[in-house]
Amino acid sequence: MTNSVFDPVALRSDFPIFQRTVRGGARLVFLDSGATSQKPRSVLDAERNFYEYHNAAVNRGSYLLAEEATEAYESARQSVANFLNGKFEEVIFTKSATESLNLLAYSFGNSQSSSKFSLKPGDGIVVSEIEHHANLIPWQQLAKRTGSELSWFSVTPEGRLDLSNIDQVITPKTKIVAITHQSNVLGTIIPLAEIVKRAHDVGALVVLDACQSVPHFSIDVAALDIDFLAFSGHKALGPTGIGVLWGRSELLSEMEPFLTGGSMIESVTMTDATWAPIPRRFEAGVPNMAQAVGLQAALKYLTDVGMDRVHNHELNLTSSALSQISEISGVKVVGPLDMEDRGGVISFTVEGVHPHDVGQVLDSYGIAVRTGHHCAWPLMRKMNVVGTTRASFYLYNTQDDVVALVDGIRSVQKYFGV
Amino acid sequence: MDLDSLYQEVILDHYKHPLHKGLSEPKTMQVHHVNPSCGDEITLNLLLEANTVTNISWDGVGCSISQASTSIMSDLLIGKSIPEAFSVLDEFSALMQSKGNSKGNEEVLEDAVALAGVSKFPARIKCALLGWMAFKDAASQGMSDEASNKQGEENG
Repeated sequence: MTNSVFDPVALRSDFPIFQRTVRGGARLVFLDSGATSQKPRSVLDAERNFYEYHNAAVNRGSYLLAEEATEAYESARQSVANFLNGKFEEVIFTKSATESLNLLAYSFGNSQSSSKFSLKPGDGIVVSEIEHHANLIPWQQLAKRTGSELSWFSVTPEGRLDLSNIDQVITPKTKIVAITHQSNVLGTIIPLAEIVKRAHDVGALVVLDACQSVPHFSIDVAALDIDFLAFSGHKALGPTGIGVLWGRSELLSEMEPFLTGGSMIESVTMTDATWAPIPRRFEAGVPNMAQAVGLQAALKYLTDVGMDRVHNHELNLTSSALSQISEISGVKVVGPLDMEDRGGVISFTVEGVHPHDVGQVLDSYGIAVRTGHHCAWPLMRKMNVVGTTRASFYLYNTQDDVVALVDGIRSVQKYFGV
Repeated sequence: MDLDSLYQEVILDHYKHPLHKGLSEPKTMQVHHVNPSCGDEITLNLLLEANTVTNISWDGVGCSISQASTSIMSDLLIGKSIPEAFSVLDEFSALMQSKGNSKGNEEVLEDAVALAGVSKFPARIKCALLGWMAFKDAASQGMSDEASNKQGEENG
């Protein structure tokens, strides 16, 4: 794939699901990769191969299968590290990005009061109004538990983060800035460099929710100068049940565990325990091994295609969809109308038709979109909508999918007579 | 897919011209229900008098299915005794769980049989039930309040 022309139609044949039809023989127009992506055969094969030939609990047994399983699992860790330009021991496997973010919030909450991670009344945690619930609630609840103060960046009516008051939002009292890289609803890519600079100037840690960015464009944790990053495997062509927390090794090494149990310990007595070095300190229990191996295959697939090509393709589709959708009278795009700092997600409303009904009619044409509040209820309220219909693009989408969506929206209007 | 089996004309009519929408007084009980998976919300006022549903009024935001179903429900249940209303509710719940295998009993459900098609769309059943569950909650609370008031009067 690397040296050939990028051809999304040819690439679709790597994804078994596109062989099926839906709703009375309709072609599957899958525009919900923001929720979860489809899987190439190589990912499915990698998982199956692990179970068929190498299955054993990792980091435990002294027999051949255990050695092979451990090698496969740890080599997946190295692949993730390479993909993010981080270090091997900085990659923690979790079950999901949600767990990764909770791991951080609970680890910070478990800190001794002398620790740099500990929060007390008067300390600040900063988020934004565009957060997915997964990067809002863990921090909101941590603030409640510790008596620290939650504050946030507002979103403008155009769907951009308002950084005009950045010095008032991130203050010397701020300990953590937890922010999404790209809005799952609006497609907005945030001005991260400015936020990181201000956060580090006041000594705060930066946690990046990269669920909507890692799958779609090249991420270099060193260049971004962030402290922690979370993403989920299943949005990046990988299996469900595998998420990643990346963190700077010097920080992770000083952090308290979140989940305790087997394989995360150094030594145990009936009354006490000490912790294993990172990354194992944060991986209690037998991990999701086959899923880690599946994620490795997914990242290889993306790397072989080329993340820059994935990103450019999505931008082309988004630009074309944006211009066509905004031409339809009665349809309003919720989010930036220009392509600057914007990813492959478009949210919109159809006047007179509830998003759930929009989604239902689109489904009758085989078009899969997300409808509702997208786990971003505060943002919906701020944008003054009950919900939206969201189309999100990935490498396997085509201009035909864009045409189907635009035609589909016109059919929705016709069906409901609006 | 048979979209028209879901969006019957009756449903679209109720959606565009909902009955008993707009909260009115007096009321015995007010409840607020949400469907967290899609964000639909409903507030429902119920007036009970001598074990009879004297009035239902409601307001809220939601899709055509939830709005139409609430409109149909309120018109259908006003004037019924509580046991009658609950038996209609049971009949409607059973229809929603029928996976498209029932047309519904029109003598009991009247306009609500138009929602039979919803049972073929698992993701929409909650939409259709939102208003009905709000009624059930309000009626249950209203009855227990009435019972405790009555007991209070007897004790007093």
